[in-house]
Amino acid sequence: MRHRLARAGARLFPVALIVAVAVALVFLALPVIAIFTDVSPKELIDSLDDDTTVDALKLSLQTTLTALVIILVIGTPVAWALATRRFRGKQILETIIELPLVMPPAVAGIGLLAALGPKGILGPLFDSLDVQLVFQTAGVVVALTFVASPFYLRQAQAAFSTVDRSLLEASRTLGASEARTFGRVACPVAFPSLLSGAALAWGRALGEFGATLVFAGSFQGVTQTAPLAIYAQFGTNFPGALALAAVLVCFSIAILGGVKLLGRLQPT
Amino acid sequence: MQCLGIVRQGRHPIRWLAAAACVVAAAGCASSSSGGSQPTLTISAAASLKDAFTTCAQSFQQAKLKFSFAGSDQLAAQIRQGASPNVFASANTKLPDQLAAEGKLSKPQVFAGNKLVIAVPQDSKITGLADLAKPGTSIVIGDASVPIGSYTREVLGRLPPAQEKAILANVKSEEPDVASIVGKLTQGAADAGFTYVSDVKGTKGQLKAVDLPANLQPNVAYGAGIVKGTPNTKESQAFIDDVISGSCSKVMQQNGFLPPPNA
Repeated sequence: MRHRLARAGARLFPVALIVAVAVALVFLALPVIAIFTDVSPKELIDSLDDDTTVDALKLSLQTTLTALVIILVIGTPVAWALATRRFRGKQILETIIELPLVMPPAVAGIGLLAALGPKGILGPLFDSLDVQLVFQTAGVVVALTFVASPFYLRQAQAAFSTVDRSLLEASRTLGASEARTFGRVACPVAFPSLLSGAALAWGRALGEFGATLVFAGSFQGVTQTAPLAIYAQFGTNFPGALALAAVLVCFSIAILGGVKLLGRLQPT
Repeated sequence: MQCLGIVRQGRHPIRWLAAAACVVAAAGCASSSSGGSQPTLTISAAASLKDAFTTCAQSFQQAKLKFSFAGSDQLAAQIRQGASPNVFASANTKLPDQLAAEGKLSKPQVFAGNKLVIAVPQDSKITGLADLAKPGTSIVIGDASVPIGSYTREVLGRLPPAQEKAILANVKSEEPDVASIVGKLTQGAADAGFTYVSDVKGTKGQLKAVDLPANLQPNVAYGAGIVKGTPNTKESQAFIDDVISGSCSKVMQQNGFLPPPNA
């Protein structure tokens, strides 16, 4: 009896797998397809010719790329330090770094406001330096950096820890300093992984909504990024919102495609 | 039952987590089924109605009430896209009228009024529109698509063009609903904003309201209707009636709303 059940289970399992994959595929792909089919391509392209939309796309590119540069410049050494060193409280540090991954973006925005806003912890300091972030493009960059950095940090740390130890040791025994080893050996070897981490962080930054709205606000050409413009247009200009959404989806597909390609380039 | 299997198999910490998850899930099931004969109504309501409606729900007998609060334009767009809450309560009459004309809503009823004010932090020195036009004042308003934003533009449009321009030049953010305007003000991110007087009341002293000259005051009328094709229309109508003239109307007035204006 048991035997027969087990055999039936063995035969059913591949079928169950196919069903599960089909369900997942339809569920995940349908909304994406709907964005492109709900409105005609001509209408999509026409509604891109609108200054709210153009401003939003420009601002999104500008702010996400700025955030990405900050993430790369500061994040790469941080990831190296985490990958090569053991110290007390390392796990706590890693948890703090990863927290924005699971934090609701609106909470991130409130946190940023409470830390860097006019009434926040650093508010008086910023005030005395005449630095303003809230309602400024710089504030958008701060929000994007906060939310997107863990995507890069995690990937970069993993990339550095899989770099062949013998390569690093060879570099060291040949008299290279750690800085030189990092710059000339570790970074080039880990490069494809670092790049795909950067792409993921960029993708997350492009989609950022909640933290930006709460911390930086929404103003055309200053703080209204593409996701915020989509939300603002959703009520009154649905084709316009869809058109912007379509552009973002294309970006996301390109980014993910790039990551997959990089994955193939990676030495195993 | 599946839960139990997992719990039995699991190792120590996981087992407790799984058990906790099961308890939560079971509690969720239990509470959602315990309504019995009482139906549940879903109400899509303007963000400015949040405090008042949440209070009203506690004493409403005919049904359990579930709310979705957001900018009225967002809620209307959701209904256009096929969402079907039982009742749509908007911060204007335009959106419910449009939905009714499209056949998606029963004939709307005006259920409350409100007053537009300049909301400022309690310790602010701003006393009127003239202060909003001064350079360096940071102002947040609603996006043009949401009722609070269009009322605000109505007021500004009645000002001398130079003053309107000066005030608009100080606008730092166009927020998607009134709740997020209030948030920016209570956080000290902005110096002033245009909100409803009821929103200022809802902050319990964190903000104060600066009145607008009476000749600039727009006619703020809230309209509600029953979404076509939804069940329990009797209870839905009972809720709207309760807001207009029942115990909820008193709650509304305690929260700073005005009686329905005669539109």
